[in-house]
Amino acid sequence: MLSDSQLVARCREGDSEAWNELVERFSRYVYAIATQAFRLPQHDAEDVFQEVFARVYQHLGRLRSDDAIRPWIAQLTRRLCIDTLRGSGREGPADTDTFEPADVDESLATLDEALTVRSCLDAVGDTCKEILDRFFCRDESYRAIGEELGLPAGTIASRISRCLAKLKLELEGRSEAPAASGER
Amino acid sequence: MNGYDEERIAALLRLLPPAPVGWVRAAQELPAAQDEIGELVSRAEADAAFRAKVVADLEAALEAEGIEATPSVVAALRSRLDTAE
Repeated sequence: MLSDSQLVARCREGDSEAWNELVERFSRYVYAIATQAFRLPQHDAEDVFQEVFARVYQHLGRLRSDDAIRPWIAQLTRRLCIDTLRGSGREGPADTDTFEPADVDESLATLDEALTVRSCLDAVGDTCKEILDRFFCRDESYRAIGEELGLPAGTIASRISRCLAKLKLELEGRSEAPAASGER
Repeated sequence: MNGYDEERIAALLRLLPPAPVGWVRAAQELPAAQDEIGELVSRAEADAAFRAKVVADLEAALEAEGIEATPSVVAALRSRLDTAE
């Protein structure tokens, strides 16, 4: 898997596959910030979502460090959510506190941690990634997962448990190792 | 990321459900949208009156050019015009 900085570099070269991957990688993060941290309704969240990626595409060349893509996207999403809540365009008062939910910093930190966990899914193998994503993120039943992946439904619970253990090991390994390029 | 258990990991995974497929696809198609709106942006940069008209109603300006004013295209146009300021 490409690091964030490698992905940004390829996007800058006009690689459309890299752009698709960048959107895929950060789409859940942006969506969660808008709908969970800022509790925007779907219609407003969609506008923020599209605006974030439009600006990312437009300004990738200005990013000082390719490693900074993740905090940049978080900050951009936060700012656009505030603009939306402000409701009167992008030239409102400097005081953002009025428009932010009281627990927004805590929510953003938790979502950042969630993205770190998600970034480790690639290291636990395709089947584990698929099972964990379907069960926890897509809220699919054992039966639906079993049918989709061609696995006996009765084995899904134990597979989830094993996959979580693998993911935990991977996370522990990363937290002990020095940060790799493009990762936080 | 220290001091977490499998329950915590599961809770964190649940926090990131997929964004709607259509939103993701629209954002992925942004490069094509940029090409589509390029001429509109060029004219806006060269003609202040036209620019004011576009800025006043982005959706109408796109529709007048025969470009579907989806949220991603509108966002792309707004971003391009902001950059050109």
